[in-house]
Amino acid sequence: MTDTPNFTPSRRQFLAGAAVATGAAATGKLVHAQAMPDPAITEMQPWQQYLGAGVDAAPYGVPSQFEAHVIRRNVEWLTADAVSSINFTPLHELEGIITPNGLCFERHHSGVAEIDPGQHRLMINGLVDTPLVFTMEDILRFPRENRTYFLECAANSGMEWRGAQLNGVQFTHGMIHNVVYTGVPLRLLLQEAGLHGDAAWILPEGADAAAMTRSVPLEKAMDDCLVAFAMNGERLRPEQGYPIRLVVPGWEGNMWVKWLRRIEVGDQPWHHREETSKYTDLLEHGEARRFTWEMDAKSVITNPSPQAPITHGPGPTVLSGVAWSGRGTIPRVDVTIDGGITWHQARMSGPSFDKSMHRFYHEFDWDGGPLLLQSRAHDSTGYVQPTKDQLRAVRGENSIYHNNGIQTWAVNEGGEAENVEIG
Amino acid sequence: MLKSAEMMKTLALCTALVAVPGAVLAQESAAPSRDGGYGLGRTALPEEIAAWDIDIRPDGQGLPVGSGDVWTGEELFIEQCSACHGDFGEAVGRWPMLAGGFGTLEGEDPVKTIGSYWPYLSTVWDYVHRAMPYGAAQTLEDDEVYALVAYLMYVNNMVEDDFVLSNENFLEIAMPNEEAFFMDDRVETEFPLFTVEPCMENCAESVEITMRSMVLDVTPDTEEAAEPAPEEAAVEEAPAEPAADAEPAEAAPDPELVAAGERLFRQCSACHQIGDGAVNRTGPLLNGIHDAPVASREGFRYSPALAGAGDSGMVWDDETLAGYLADPRGFIRGNRMAFAGLRSQEDIEAMIAYLRAASTE
Repeated sequence: MTDTPNFTPSRRQFLAGAAVATGAAATGKLVHAQAMPDPAITEMQPWQQYLGAGVDAAPYGVPSQFEAHVIRRNVEWLTADAVSSINFTPLHELEGIITPNGLCFERHHSGVAEIDPGQHRLMINGLVDTPLVFTMEDILRFPRENRTYFLECAANSGMEWRGAQLNGVQFTHGMIHNVVYTGVPLRLLLQEAGLHGDAAWILPEGADAAAMTRSVPLEKAMDDCLVAFAMNGERLRPEQGYPIRLVVPGWEGNMWVKWLRRIEVGDQPWHHREETSKYTDLLEHGEARRFTWEMDAKSVITNPSPQAPITHGPGPTVLSGVAWSGRGTIPRVDVTIDGGITWHQARMSGPSFDKSMHRFYHEFDWDGGPLLLQSRAHDSTGYVQPTKDQLRAVRGENSIYHNNGIQTWAVNEGGEAENVEIG
Repeated sequence: MLKSAEMMKTLALCTALVAVPGAVLAQESAAPSRDGGYGLGRTALPEEIAAWDIDIRPDGQGLPVGSGDVWTGEELFIEQCSACHGDFGEAVGRWPMLAGGFGTLEGEDPVKTIGSYWPYLSTVWDYVHRAMPYGAAQTLEDDEVYALVAYLMYVNNMVEDDFVLSNENFLEIAMPNEEAFFMDDRVETEFPLFTVEPCMENCAESVEITMRSMVLDVTPDTEEAAEPAPEEAAVEEAPAEPAADAEPAEAAPDPELVAAGERLFRQCSACHQIGDGAVNRTGPLLNGIHDAPVASREGFRYSPALAGAGDSGMVWDDETLAGYLADPRGFIRGNRMAFAGLRSQEDIEAMIAYLRAASTE
């Protein structure tokens, strides 16, 4: 079979088509007439004729072969090697608010630990009445909860502090995913061990070769943290911490310790590597913020964007994006298509959960001219997403982490989008 | 050190601002606690706690008895750390720089090293002990960790070369940059600025592009992967079983063994590349390593130990590879490969099978 129907044109062909359509618009003739019959209709397609695969062809289903480009991607020059590195969620290919498990970005410090759940233990020790060891079976006998939360790496958009650098929303904003977790509230496990009166901090620790640790204040641990064993209805993926990970809603992703094996209870923070040398925010004059746990309200337009150009010419156009806040919900997102001269309230769509990703849309008729697209999130505390210049005025340019500034995409007459800054 | 009260204040402020959970959650009720607990789990034994409780705090909690000097630390560092961090902590490629960078934190290119940035020495001890050497975590003895930390202090100009670090003098050491850290103050400094109702109309006279990412051109090319391969698109029927004639030829290596070796090679891939397009990195490229003379890769700077073995005519055959993979440091003393060795004969056979197979692909 060689005469494959060409119903998946390349991006270049899309762009060529867009250019033609734009030309038609310029002459005032945007018509819907079809000169020749469409072979997609008049010619028999193979799938109309031949039998397809049977029910067990893919016992664990996979996406259509025509979606093979929808994958996590790495930026090789960012890190020394792939074992201690990060890849990015393809936000421009996603809809709604849930990130499919296979597309959730990965960040490992010593690669993926491949853990036999039968050999996994969770220990609680330190300032407790009885230090305890739980098997997976024990953990599954505690009451559990289902919660939808975003997980954003503190370094998301970190490459963009000094200016527009990476040309794609996957790379500028893809260190985030949004997942329904099933897990045991951490407070139940801590109560099981019995907390001493001077307990004030916990130290979750991973079972991987990095033995990842972070200090978490006990208030947060007792409030809404979960020890999760499932994501989006199935067991955690190995790269997301199988068999259990800590969920620290609204707080920076590095604290959500994967492959969780131990929780120590103490009276002071430990000041370990990931909360001193890393994940501290260097400001101007050389001083540095520490324990910047919460993720500030943020939004980004996912379509159009550099990896998802407008391919259809002038007329009705769907602008889509996502917004989130580590401090609550997102009741409102503003959108501009002229670089911030005029703003419009976007239309929120889909469920609105606390510390979860929200979806917004803005439908408009594109006139075929250049656009400067921005979105601006408002969260339920009244916080409004700042511009990058506002952030730089407070923090300088060396912060790396916690860049929640407003993103700008410039769209040209051909519908192509580029990561830019404006002034 | 952070005061707990200070942290509570910030948390209280944050909590006050987080008012309304989504209305959707109204019917949700929290998983119930049970008085006296659920009676699940079992008491952790002291030996079990000792095996896992390795964390060290700035106040010295967790620090074991022991000591190590700068010179011992230097030897260990050259042997086990310099492949990535350089002989003096200056770093190879994009691996972390551990020394220097003084006075750079306020500039345009801050260099955050142990000496210029890290606030506590306990963090160095804890991290080296828990996660290093990379790919052979928790293989260092306590005295070796003391020695390495002493050497890292030395290359950061904190001590002289006759310095000995021990649990006795550990708490006397203050890091140069400790005072530069302060508790998150976004609630006080940024919330007042970022909670103002923004402009919606006529917000600017005009707007201009001031910076473009296309000029930099550092984005990975995703275009080719965006097009599905036409051959795949043309499949009429799902192939139910592999074709019968797909049996491997007799001379070919056991695919399971090769696959096992490929999995093991992940431990090596931090430093070594193999296959199409492989190049020298922290370690030499490994294409055709089997039956090649030792230390024969062009353009790679070998340790004197490995170069010497090559000069003496040593060749990487099954026997020498097996010996080296089992105990890199013992087999060729003084070489720089930071790898503890493969544990079992099976793993070694799998690795050699993979090295041969991947070279000829």
